Amino acid sequence: MKKIEAIIKPFKLEEVKEALSDLGIEGMTVTEVKGFGRQKGHTEIYRGSEYTVDFLPKIKIEVVLADGMVDSATTAVVKAAKTGKIGDGKVFVYPIEEAIRIRTDETGEKAI
Amino acid sequence: MRKLLKHLPGLAVAGFTATLLLVPLSSPAQAPTPSPTPMTAGTPAATAAAPAASPSMEDRVANLEAYLSNSAGPKTIQPASGPGHNAWMLTAAALVLFMTLPGLALFYGGLVRQKNVLSVLAQCLGITGLVTILWWAFGYSLVFGKSFNNPFFGGSEFFFLHGVDSAPNTDYAYWVSQNVYSMYQLMFAIITPALIVGAIAERMKYSALMLFMLCWMFLVYFPMAHMIWGISGFMSGISNANAGIKAIDFAGGTVVHMTSGWSALILCFIVGPRLGFKREPIPPHNLVLTMIGTGMLWVGWYGFNAGSAVAADGIAANAFMSTTLATAIAAFTWAVLEKVLRGKASVLGYCTGAVAGLVVITPACGFVNPTGAVIIGVVAAVVPYFAVSVMKPALGYDDALDTFGVHGIGGTLGALSTGLLATKEVNSNLKDELLRTLFLSQIEAVCVTLVLSTVATAVIALVVKAILGLRPSADTETAGLDISDHGEEAYIS
Repeated sequence: MKKIEAIIKPFKLEEVKEALSDLGIEGMTVTEVKGFGRQKGHTEIYRGSEYTVDFLPKIKIEVVLADGMVDSATTAVVKAAKTGKIGDGKVFVYPIEEAIRIRTDETGEKAI
Repeated sequence: MRKLLKHLPGLAVAGFTATLLLVPLSSPAQAPTPSPTPMTAGTPAATAAAPAASPSMEDRVANLEAYLSNSAGPKTIQPASGPGHNAWMLTAAALVLFMTLPGLALFYGGLVRQKNVLSVLAQCLGITGLVTILWWAFGYSLVFGKSFNNPFFGGSEFFFLHGVDSAPNTDYAYWVSQNVYSMYQLMFAIITPALIVGAIAERMKYSALMLFMLCWMFLVYFPMAHMIWGISGFMSGISNANAGIKAIDFAGGTVVHMTSGWSALILCFIVGPRLGFKREPIPPHNLVLTMIGTGMLWVGWYGFNAGSAVAADGIAANAFMSTTLATAIAAFTWAVLEKVLRGKASVLGYCTGAVAGLVVITPACGFVNPTGAVIIGVVAAVVPYFAVSVMKPALGYDDALDTFGVHGIGGTLGALSTGLLATKEVNSNLKDELLRTLFLSQIEAVCVTLVLSTVATAVIALVVKAILGLRPSADTETAGLDISDHGEEAYIS
């Protein structure tokens, strides 16, 4: 099992979700996050006070998958989230040791 | 009779108004009626034959004309409030309260961080209650009484609003009920200390702030308002022939904006900057609230400025026009300055420009023509713009919401530009003798206001600091005043 964690531009969420759904992926967790990478923040000026805003709003998607699904899923996420401009985000893949469905006590790939 | 005939064109209008006025009439038949035939309106024989207690027809017509032109009626007729003037002043009083609750509260509330927004609202509400009690007990009398016959404090005859009823106080308004007038003036006394809140927002203990305001009303507001507007006031250039300084201030450039603005500067020095000032971002938490508050201030300000004519007359009409011109132009000019100097016109810039325009036109609105108002609109943006965006960062004081930059600088600018731009064509109360030395008088009034406000504020603030302390603990300030002083949060999710 693997977890795909994708940080994407907020307005790309719908496209990414649909791309994953098209692969038959049935669940995901989405979080509103802030952060920065190479994309610079911006400055805000309130009368005499000027502030640099480094942290930009992004969306983090987490999906846990069977090993065989990972390549197609990452490809789908990258394709859907790409605008070609700086700040498109990143995809990380982690190994997952175990999964348990709380309702039924099922474990492993059956639980995801 | 010739005098009467001269006024006859106005009589048809006056006729229907007559029944509304509380003119004592010996019989309904004597009431003037709109008539195309001049002679029936006022037959000298009929008035001459009337009982001595009953005023002559000529006096009654003169009374109606005085009502229409907002001047003093003949002595034979007891002054009574007139419906049109009273109606406008009731409306104006409500408009001025609307400036504070919720106009100023939202304007300031939007500019602070989320954890302190309720503290600003509580300060505005608390000041409204406190000042109303003071006004009822002593304030109105100390400002608008005259028993002390003193240039700095009024008198004691109206303590606890004794005798303040629906009859006019003809020292101030011939056609407006004194209870209406006293409540109208109360609204000014409420907003003035509430303006100071902006400079020390987010970091002053609630109890200390309320004690400061209580003392400040007695030492700064009441004497200043009497000096400028009182019948025996030291700087009351129009109504007091013996005034030491013959200055003018139509709606409160010195009394309201200079006092609050300069006091705000001193208080923010004594209280000190917010924790994290210049080290961490302290951005406004909701500029939508600030925009809503600005709109309410602007609308309410018509009551403040046009209402300061204390009548629904031509001077009020002029004040309405000049207020609109100066405010809209200042808002626009501020945004243009931002666009040119920084690349972007901001909502906060428009809002600040509008308030600066309102502040600077305040002392001038009933004295200047449209050209004067337009000039004021432009300088009202340019000077406060540099005060808040260049001078404040350079000097490094934490005037959190720019009370000094907008009200202190703006009020001073308004008092001075009134001295340059006031014209008797707009307001016939301005006599040549007054106008000749006006600019000098305005400078003197500015100095007196500035010295009184800053010295009194320093003394009060240091005394309150010794008694209660001015600041909450660092932990409390970090957590926010809403929780620590008021036990509640603005936004519960």
